[in-house]
Amino acid sequence: MRQLFGYKKGMTRLFLDDGTALAVTAIEVKPCTVVQVKTSKTDGYDAVQLGFGEKRKNLVKKPQLGHFGDLEPTRFLREVRLNEPSELKQGDQLTVEIFKPGERVDASGLSKGLGFQGGVRRHKFGGGSKTHGQSDRWRAPGSVGQSSYPSRVFKGLRMAGRMGNEKVTVRNLRIVGVRPEDNLLFVEGAVPGKNNTVISIRESNKR
Amino acid sequence: MVDLTTVGLNTPADRTMDFAPGDMVKVHVRIKEGDKERIQVFQGTVIQKRGTGAGATFTVRKVSQGIGVERVFPFHSPNVAKVETMRKGKVRRSKLYYLRQRRGRAARVKEKKADTGA
Repeated sequence: MRQLFGYKKGMTRLFLDDGTALAVTAIEVKPCTVVQVKTSKTDGYDAVQLGFGEKRKNLVKKPQLGHFGDLEPTRFLREVRLNEPSELKQGDQLTVEIFKPGERVDASGLSKGLGFQGGVRRHKFGGGSKTHGQSDRWRAPGSVGQSSYPSRVFKGLRMAGRMGNEKVTVRNLRIVGVRPEDNLLFVEGAVPGKNNTVISIRESNKR
Repeated sequence: MVDLTTVGLNTPADRTMDFAPGDMVKVHVRIKEGDKERIQVFQGTVIQKRGTGAGATFTVRKVSQGIGVERVFPFHSPNVAKVETMRKGKVRRSKLYYLRQRRGRAARVKEKKADTGA
C-alpha cells in the first residue's frame, strides 16, 4: 500500500550537487498507524484505515477510544481503498520510507480558500478591452446567454463566485528527498493548500 | 516542529558566510565547461543580502571597465565554492543601492577598522 497522509510545511529550495536549484515543497509525514483493516469478507470491500495527527486523549470521545482499542488515538482517520486484501495488520506503522527519491506521486489536499472571485480570476476569462472607447468592462464576464429564446441562463454557466477551498490533486510530482529522521518528504513543485494543510500522498499511476 | 529556515540546507559546514553589506569580497564560483571544472573569482562589494533559509541570496557589485556589474549568488549553492572577505566596510544601511548612482571615487565604501573592544 503506497499512500500516506501528512502536513504541508511550506516551500523551500534544494540544491543538487551540480548547483541546480529545485523548488520543493516540504511535507511532514509522521508515521501513520493502521487503525483498521477492512476486508471484502467483513466490510464488502478491501481498505486500510490510517490514523495520523495528535489529539489529547481526554478530547477523544469514548466510542472513538473504543475504536482505537489499544492504539494511541489520532486526530484524523482516513481510509485507503485497495483492490486486493492488504497484508498490513492493525497497529502497523507506515513512514515516509515507503517512498524513495525519484518516484512519482500524486498529492491531494484542500486548496486555499480565495473567497468570492470574479470570472477573470476564477475561470480565466479574458475580460474586455481596456481601450476602444469603452469603460467599466475590463473584467466583465461578457454575455451570459441569448435572448427571448431561451429567456434564461443555462445552468452551470461559468460566473463569479466562491473559489478555492476544494479538493485539488496535483499529479506526477517527483520525490526529490526523503528524510526519515525529520519525517519529511520533499516533492518537486507545488502542492495544494496553505501550510499545515492535510495532504494525501499517493503513488502515481501515470508515467 | 519543522524549521524551514534550515531544512533545505546541505551547505558544506566549512563555508563561512560572515560578511555584511559594504564588505569587499572575493566569491569563488565553480564553473563547469564540458566535463572540466574551474574556479572563477568575482570580486566586488556586497550591496545586499536577502532572504532566509535555502533561498537566501547576496548581491555583489563591481565596476568593470566602466560598466557596473552585479551578480546575485545563492548563499547555499554548491557552485559558490568560497567567499573571502577582503575588507570590512563601514556602512549605515543594509541595502547599498545608492552605490549604483555613484561613479568613481564617490562610489567608495569606508573601511571599518577592527573593533578595539574598548
